[in-house]
Amino acid sequence: MYRIVKKQVLNPTVTRMEIEAPLIARKAEPGQFIILRVDEKGERIPLTVADFDREAGTVTIIFQIVGATTEKLNHLEEGDCLQDFVGPLGRPSETEGLKKVAVIGGGVGCAIAYPVAKKLHQQGAEVHSIVGFRNKDLVILEEEFAAVSDKLVMMTDDGSYGEKGLVTNALEKLIEEGETYDEVIAIGPLVMMKFVTQVTKKHNIKTVVSMNPIMIDGTGMCGGCRLTVGGKTKFACVDGPDFDGFEVDFDEAMARGTMYRDFERHAYEETCNLFRKEVQ
Amino acid sequence: MPNMSLKKNEMPSQAPEVRNKNFLEVALGYTQEQALDEAQRCLNCKNKPCVSGCPVNIAIPEFIAKVAQGDFEGAYQVITLQSSLPAVCGRVCPQESQCEQKCVRGIKGEPVAIGRLERFVADWHNQHVTEAPVKPASNGHKVAVVGSGPSGLTCAGDLAKKGYEVTVFEALHTAGGVLVYGIPEFRLPKDIVQKEIDTLKALGVKVETNMVIGRVLSIDELLEQGYEAVFIGSGAGLPRFMNIPGENLKGVYSANEFLTRVNLMKAYQPGSDTPIEHAKRVAVVGGGNVAMDAARCAKRLGAEDVFIVYRRSEKELPARAEEVEHAKEEGIVFHLLNNPTKILGDDQGLVKGMECIRMELGEPDASGRRRPVEMPGSEFTLDVDCVIMAIGTSPNPLIKSTTEGLETQKWGGIIVEEATGLTSREGVYAGGDAVTGAATVILAMGAGKTAASAIDQYIQNKG
Repeated sequence: MYRIVKKQVLNPTVTRMEIEAPLIARKAEPGQFIILRVDEKGERIPLTVADFDREAGTVTIIFQIVGATTEKLNHLEEGDCLQDFVGPLGRPSETEGLKKVAVIGGGVGCAIAYPVAKKLHQQGAEVHSIVGFRNKDLVILEEEFAAVSDKLVMMTDDGSYGEKGLVTNALEKLIEEGETYDEVIAIGPLVMMKFVTQVTKKHNIKTVVSMNPIMIDGTGMCGGCRLTVGGKTKFACVDGPDFDGFEVDFDEAMARGTMYRDFERHAYEETCNLFRKEVQ
Repeated sequence: MPNMSLKKNEMPSQAPEVRNKNFLEVALGYTQEQALDEAQRCLNCKNKPCVSGCPVNIAIPEFIAKVAQGDFEGAYQVITLQSSLPAVCGRVCPQESQCEQKCVRGIKGEPVAIGRLERFVADWHNQHVTEAPVKPASNGHKVAVVGSGPSGLTCAGDLAKKGYEVTVFEALHTAGGVLVYGIPEFRLPKDIVQKEIDTLKALGVKVETNMVIGRVLSIDELLEQGYEAVFIGSGAGLPRFMNIPGENLKGVYSANEFLTRVNLMKAYQPGSDTPIEHAKRVAVVGGGNVAMDAARCAKRLGAEDVFIVYRRSEKELPARAEEVEHAKEEGIVFHLLNNPTKILGDDQGLVKGMECIRMELGEPDASGRRRPVEMPGSEFTLDVDCVIMAIGTSPNPLIKSTTEGLETQKWGGIIVEEATGLTSREGVYAGGDAVTGAATVILAMGAGKTAASAIDQYIQNKG
């Protein structure tokens, strides 16, 4: 069993947990993910590694409560255990040789972008982080990003914090001001990553995106996580999750992501009702 | 006096129109009377051709003789000398192309129902013998097994019986490999698999789930940790697709994904958090056992029409004859000599049809089977809302890419010495689908057995 060592509410919909998993903590690298099950009847969900502590033997996950499983996960407290926790899966982000990088995080995607920014910073690269949220209440990891970034631009959709606008506006502005990057790493909602690549394509800056499709086993067996990259079928779990952003078919990925929307909505409502009953 | 009936005792089964709506086991197993009667059909002939047809060389006439005497536990003991998973093999082995194909009684009439008798014996043991097997004294040697499918479990069982301390590493959350995620409940109940695994645990085998070897630990790290040999039975890998337009539409599954959702994640049961599409009209592409399993699962999930679309003719279907028969009885419709060319989607990105082309058989190809050739202009559209691709898998690249010096075939299969299962790395053995590509449970078991014996020799000779 995998014990929750620490739980921290980052904002009303996003929670951070440190999970006891020493073997995984020993091997995990930024860009990789884990798969967990909350309980015996639970589904397997992939979550990207947000941080790890090799000495303490813990792996940090940060998740947004979007459905039944994340709702159940969020009801666990420190000292509780997860049924299953497996990883590290997927290929680590490739950061070698990069000197100057723009790291772009959108919403809860910042949780995945942060360890990449941290690793780049540790290897001596100049890191410009652009992080975007819908509004001030949803901002997470600001201090963490500040600590590993040479420049940090905070964006909110409604302007309630930082600058008003989208991460793509901030990226365009930096490029217009004359900044040049070896690479742009964009992690967030599919639509955000799609628009980031449209900006970087114009300026011909290599762009890496992290894909988080529907998955079951996560070990290279089921093929549920397939994407079209450069016209070929790729599997996010073994070929990714990082891919060349110019090659990814985002529209197809967005369509595939909605496969179980009705089921998920229904399951989420049922779970919420269940917890409501428990409270009463 | 042997029973000279030309026909096997029939297997009692759930009626087709009943069973295609539930996930309970289709075949119900022989009664004691039927088993005794069937066992008497065996002539106990001298040259025992059936044994040579068995990949693990079970002493078939001996166990059947015990059955005929009513000594069912004695029969079980004969089988377990060679097989670690009798209740599994009795259900999923392709006996018609192995032991039963060689049976003398098959020359005139039907062969002895060896598989059904094996199943009867194993089930009798599981129902009547509750004491766990005794754990042999440890010989102090440690062996790691990667993967808990049929090859890994067999290898682990054989080594444990010899006193080795065996640890099995499984990537998924439940042990059993394809026996759990692939083969459906109605063909192989999961509590039977669990029982076989519990037996191995009683012999001292440790099973560690949630361990993806190649990621959390490499093969080299296992060797460094004091495992003197490693057996890789990591199974088949990534599903193949046809590379036709529309394969990434919503409603197109690989058979692995569809079956994993149903079997491992129990998406058919209320209360499971794992979703699955309950499609109305389903096309399954492929003609193997996996295709039959997927089609029959789709039917049980409530599909009105389920089609098998296969590019060759009935004769070439790679599935077991019994599975094809069962599928037909359950209302699965076979579109033979048809090949998909395109999957059609609606404006929501959901599958709404599949375009196929008719095929005819031409000259034999390298595999010796007649090659299917397209008939130009014969395209037609099948009205379906779900497509399941069951056209095979290619090996998972994970272990290869993280194990230096491990040689593989061009297509990814691990290269081994056939007689021992030894790979290009000292102390590292492999078997099952990871070596052969998709094959059968019993062949994987045979490979696990071969490797276990070679590992034993290797460690003993090392001194």
